[in-house]
Amino acid sequence: LFVMADEALFQFLHNEVIQYIYKSSEHGEMENGRCITKLENMGFRVGQGLIERFTKDTARFKDELDVMKFICKDFWTCVFKKQIDNLRTNHQGIYVLQDNKFRLLTQLSAGKQYLEHAPKYLAFTCGLVRGGLSNLGVKSIVTAEVSVMPACKFQVMIQKM
Amino acid sequence: MTNAELFTLTYGALVTQLCKDYENDEEVNKQLDKMGYNIGVRLIEDFLARSSVGRCQDFRETADVIAKVAFKMYLGITPSVTNWSPAGDEFSLILESNPLVDFVELPDNHSSLVYSNLLCGVLRGALEMVQMAVEVKFSQDTLRGDNVTEIRMKFIKRMEENLPAGDE
Repeated sequence: LFVMADEALFQFLHNEVIQYIYKSSEHGEMENGRCITKLENMGFRVGQGLIERFTKDTARFKDELDVMKFICKDFWTCVFKKQIDNLRTNHQGIYVLQDNKFRLLTQLSAGKQYLEHAPKYLAFTCGLVRGGLSNLGVKSIVTAEVSVMPACKFQVMIQKM
Repeated sequence: MTNAELFTLTYGALVTQLCKDYENDEEVNKQLDKMGYNIGVRLIEDFLARSSVGRCQDFRETADVIAKVAFKMYLGITPSVTNWSPAGDEFSLILESNPLVDFVELPDNHSSLVYSNLLCGVLRGALEMVQMAVEVKFSQDTLRGDNVTEIRMKFIKRMEENLPAGDE
């Protein structure tokens, strides 16, 4: 099947976490921002945990680009069973990771009216990437945007420490 | 890194968040059960699509399917089915290992927390969608110092299928 059972289970959990974070909140921009932050922070802790379990042997990267390639290939494959489709960088600390069929968006309907909800489904993953990078010694800010479902772009801005 | 860890870690982050949001363990347990229920009512469709398991003839068959097919499929473990009540309406699932609790330790001030309570809700919600009302609870928990983790399931009643008037 296109989506393996264990992946489906995670997706159900992810959706339910989003519902939970949002259900007790009020509407409005400030509250939405708080919810996004909560989701992102949860993802951050999970991302850290995932990398923590990764053996040190294999975690030898020669430079920042190497780290980002690891995120695009190994990390993305572990979490989403596919690689990032396209990686771009300005070689000055900004990377754009494009996933043409982001697994956590495929359950959302493609209509334009659902686009406003897409950020809720990206926040956790932004945190995941930021957390993973953090445990690889890279400090970053990660944002995401959707233009056409289910494709999305994650932007990673490396922070000099 | 494995995908199973993603679920386990996410679940841990959820429990941590709930413990922040709610004042006592009972509230957290309730919330986990509710969330599990919401997942269960959707998971059942996913399960039926994947497993091509037919309608179970009785509660014993249900127990076997839950342990040998569903748990295996979603969590990669096969609990054993034991401790049947004489009436055949209650049984235990014994989990030698619980994937949800890898690397988890309960802090001292959460002695009433049923960490994996989501599972109870999932089972309850899933079975409700196939017209079975059940009670599910943890009777033993390795996180609380027990040797094994035991989930007790009790059949309450068969539910009527809600068919719109005029359908077969």
